Amino acid sequence: MIKKFDKKDEESGSGSNPFQHLEKSAVLQEARIFNETPINPRRCLHILTKIIYLLNQGEHFGTTEATEAFFAMTRLFQSNDQTLRRMCYLTIKEMANISEDVIIVTSSLTKDMTGKEDVYRGPAIRALCRITDTTMLQAIERYMKQAIVDKVPSVSSSALVSSLHMVKMSYDVVKRWVNEAQEAASSDNIMVQYHALGLLYHLRKNDRLAVTKMLNKFTKSGLKSPFAYCMLIRIASKLLDETEGGHDSPLFDFIEGCLRNKNEMVVYEAASAIVHMPNCTARELAPAVSVLQLFCSSPKAALRYAAVRTLNKVAMKHPSAVTACNLDLENLITDSNRSIATLAITTLLKTGSESSVDRLMKQISSFVSEISDEFKVVVVQAISALCQKYPRKHSVMMNFLSNMLRDDGGFEYKRAIVDCIISIIEENPESKETGLAHLCEFIEDCEHTVLATKILHLLGKEGPRTPQPSKYIRFIFNRVVLESEAVRAAAVSALAKFGAQNDDLLPSVLVLMQRCMMDSDDEVRDRATFYMNVLQQKQKALNAAYIFNGLSVSIPGLEKSLHQYTLEPTEKPFDMKSVPLVTTPITEQKTEIAPVATSKLPEKLAPSRQDIYQEQLASIPEFQSLGPLFKSSDPVQLTEAETEYVVRCIKHTFARHMVFQFDCTNTLNDQLLQKVVVQMEPSEAYEVEHYIPALSLPYSQPGSCYTLIRLPDDDPTAVSCTFSCTMKYLVRDCDPNTGEPDDDGYDDEYVLEDLEVTVADHIQKVLKPNFGAAWEEVGDEFEKEETFALASVRTLDEAVNNIISFLGMQPCERSDKVPENKNSHVLFLAGVFRGGHDVLVRARLALADGVTMQVTVRSSEETVVDVILASVG
Amino acid sequence: MWKCPVFLVTLAKNEALSLNIEPSLYTVKAVLILDNDGERLYAKYYDDTYPTVKEQKAFEKNIFNKTHRTDSEIALLEGLTVVYKSNIDLFFYVIGSSHENELMLMAVLNCLFDSLSQMLRYANICLKNVEKRALLENMEGLFLAVDEIVDGGVILESDPQQVVHRVALRGDDVPLTEQTVTQVRTTSLLYPSLCCGV
Repeated sequence: MIKKFDKKDEESGSGSNPFQHLEKSAVLQEARIFNETPINPRRCLHILTKIIYLLNQGEHFGTTEATEAFFAMTRLFQSNDQTLRRMCYLTIKEMANISEDVIIVTSSLTKDMTGKEDVYRGPAIRALCRITDTTMLQAIERYMKQAIVDKVPSVSSSALVSSLHMVKMSYDVVKRWVNEAQEAASSDNIMVQYHALGLLYHLRKNDRLAVTKMLNKFTKSGLKSPFAYCMLIRIASKLLDETEGGHDSPLFDFIEGCLRNKNEMVVYEAASAIVHMPNCTARELAPAVSVLQLFCSSPKAALRYAAVRTLNKVAMKHPSAVTACNLDLENLITDSNRSIATLAITTLLKTGSESSVDRLMKQISSFVSEISDEFKVVVVQAISALCQKYPRKHSVMMNFLSNMLRDDGGFEYKRAIVDCIISIIEENPESKETGLAHLCEFIEDCEHTVLATKILHLLGKEGPRTPQPSKYIRFIFNRVVLESEAVRAAAVSALAKFGAQNDDLLPSVLVLMQRCMMDSDDEVRDRATFYMNVLQQKQKALNAAYIFNGLSVSIPGLEKSLHQYTLEPTEKPFDMKSVPLVTTPITEQKTEIAPVATSKLPEKLAPSRQDIYQEQLASIPEFQSLGPLFKSSDPVQLTEAETEYVVRCIKHTFARHMVFQFDCTNTLNDQLLQKVVVQMEPSEAYEVEHYIPALSLPYSQPGSCYTLIRLPDDDPTAVSCTFSCTMKYLVRDCDPNTGEPDDDGYDDEYVLEDLEVTVADHIQKVLKPNFGAAWEEVGDEFEKEETFALASVRTLDEAVNNIISFLGMQPCERSDKVPENKNSHVLFLAGVFRGGHDVLVRARLALADGVTMQVTVRSSEETVVDVILASVG
Repeated sequence: MWKCPVFLVTLAKNEALSLNIEPSLYTVKAVLILDNDGERLYAKYYDDTYPTVKEQKAFEKNIFNKTHRTDSEIALLEGLTVVYKSNIDLFFYVIGSSHENELMLMAVLNCLFDSLSQMLRYANICLKNVEKRALLENMEGLFLAVDEIVDGGVILESDPQQVVHRVALRGDDVPLTEQTVTQVRTTSLLYPSLCCGV
């Protein structure tokens, strides 16, 4: 209608865009007619539309030109044309940030917001709040309060939403309107109700009691607005989560009751809230799952999508709860919305049986190219989970994955596939060669440096031990020729591993290394030169130490030690043994693929648990002379969970000492404990050197006390000891309400459970990626062998787990996994003994009536070998 | 193809929300209308998920490529939930976080579409459908309608009748001579409430 006078546009075909070739300068020129009298509403409206259109297209307006246009626009308030006035409000909002002095329209807007025309009032409020700051807000506060409780819904809603926007800026002012908002919440209009609830929550969210009260009120009185219901459900589930309220709480009942609401939006919100609650039992999930099941057959795609996406989440934690929906999910496999189909299939893969895998995989590969990367990652995750569940299906999966790898896709997607293939290779030795071949093909044309280096590292580790190592050399050397520095360097390291492992390949590898020494990049040249020289020595021990098994120290620890060393220059060379070892060996992290919406941004290397302990202990003067922390154990509970005092102990091992850290919590609200120590009575020649008390232990605030023990010097084989522990303290009774303690107290004690120190506390786990090489490196100088019969153990699995947890050493070469239906197994364990001596254990296990075990121990120190054998026996 | 670090950033932003989402009225991240070449006719972003025009356009391009061939109404893109609808030569999108209630976003989309179709039918006698040309001739109506539906990311109104009423585009701009008597009668029969100026 606006353009009716412009006949030309109307006739120039339906695809034409009258705004297409707008020039900003021409439009601003036209804006001069704003100053003409009388105002021509229709033309002015058209020009304002053009300006907003340009702003909307992302056109940049300079401050001067914007301000000029803005001031011209203010004249249009003289016209009484409704649409024109409304467009003025919009222009004010759009220009609020680019033009200067926008506050000059304040009085015009205030007039409109308090005027008679209801059509103006709401939009005027919203425009006014857009240009208002805290000081000016107080001037219009009276009007805002009135507007919030106005009986016209659009006015009330506008005032409430604008107040919400301003909470961020002027919390203190808006806070004063809480009574008006409260009144608005009981409005009949559904949107006003929703906005009032939202504002009330934002004003009160830091006051848990007020939120609880508000929830009680609204859940009882009942609301009309489905939006408000959704908001209430969210608030309730957040409160449940924060207070760790049990599922018998009235809030949970409220959410569950919403499953029977007549509005689908509310039902879905409630179902989703229940599904996302931590520790929901299958019984509690059941009603939510059954409404989701109903939604699966809805004609609305959004509802089906929402349902199946939520079911997919349930299937991750409780696959059995979703089995009931399998039939409905089957129907969704052919859904025209590919996102729904993908989610249905991946859910079925999680809940279905092994026999359906082939069919589902075929189905999904028919449209995998049509779905977005996010869902491809979901598919890969499902496959990865499936491989762990049904290892026999690996050939189907591997084929599927390799096809996916060839398709286009972003980094997250490719990384998910590569991680998945790697985990399959590690789980199934039979799939190793096909998997490596697929990965080799992938790095031939891989644009992601991170993935290429990761694969090269894997090739270096696994390739040399395949029947035909030579075929990988070509792939690796191609990288040296074609890729960026980081990849070239990784390729050189991989090549070196082939040379070190395979004597017949060594001459060729040396030739290739020679060429790498001419590389243009420093790091690549350095690595090539280094490996070249090591390889030329042809010494197994050197190869093992410098090529196969890298450093096993903690990187932040190394950084700190080196920094310390540079601060205090000495004649002594830097001692690697003084660096704390890495606590979680690299491959221990299960190759978990990140969930859909996550990404590993390059993070700062987080300090490990042990690094944190190291810091804490170093801050206590008594412990400063102990040297670097060697190992910290997991916490051991010394009391039952529900007792008056809860105590747990962490054992910190140093070269010659042990520190026991007792984390104590006082659960009695009428007591204050002071000078808390844990007295220890050793059973062996261990000597208690020092107690450091926790000075004060108020109700429910954990505190730590320490006990320092000196390890016996004269008998290094005495590694295990039992301590009987008693907690001693001064009690001061106090008022449970105020926490005010009495003036005098009395001594008391509390008997704790015994604490054991075992051989595992003296050994730190270390991963040797190539155990064979490490075995040769240590040599047989102090090798000892003994055979034991483990009568009480029935299976090889059990035996393996027992040995690992007893010795506290790191299983290598994935030897902690016993293949099915085997009668014998070899377990490789590696670790470092207190004092920095490498220790390796090879245990051959045979299953007859019981399990027979032949243990061979090697170490660089004889006593260590004795200690291990003595403790096993 | 791996091109935009934006992708990573967006994912990370959404990830932060993944645990314990703060209950909030801020539901809508963006409202978009594209034409059948994927060109922007209207775009309103309510938060800074895509702070620059360049990132916005890249996102719109991605969205259009992923959605213009299928008529399904919902997708997950760049870690965001996108509900959409196409009509003749227009594509309507409402975008929210991936944790948002999909049906709420759908309510916004439906309200937008229904409001526009009522307004356009009312305003144009010869162009009754929601199509590009009709929309372009009523841009101010579109601007005002979106302004009434979503305010700064908060759903302001979800009832199309209310929106049409509040936008209050009056028909008196159309000279009566351009309408035939029959047209006026059909309009008033079909949409009596509108013609009565409710």
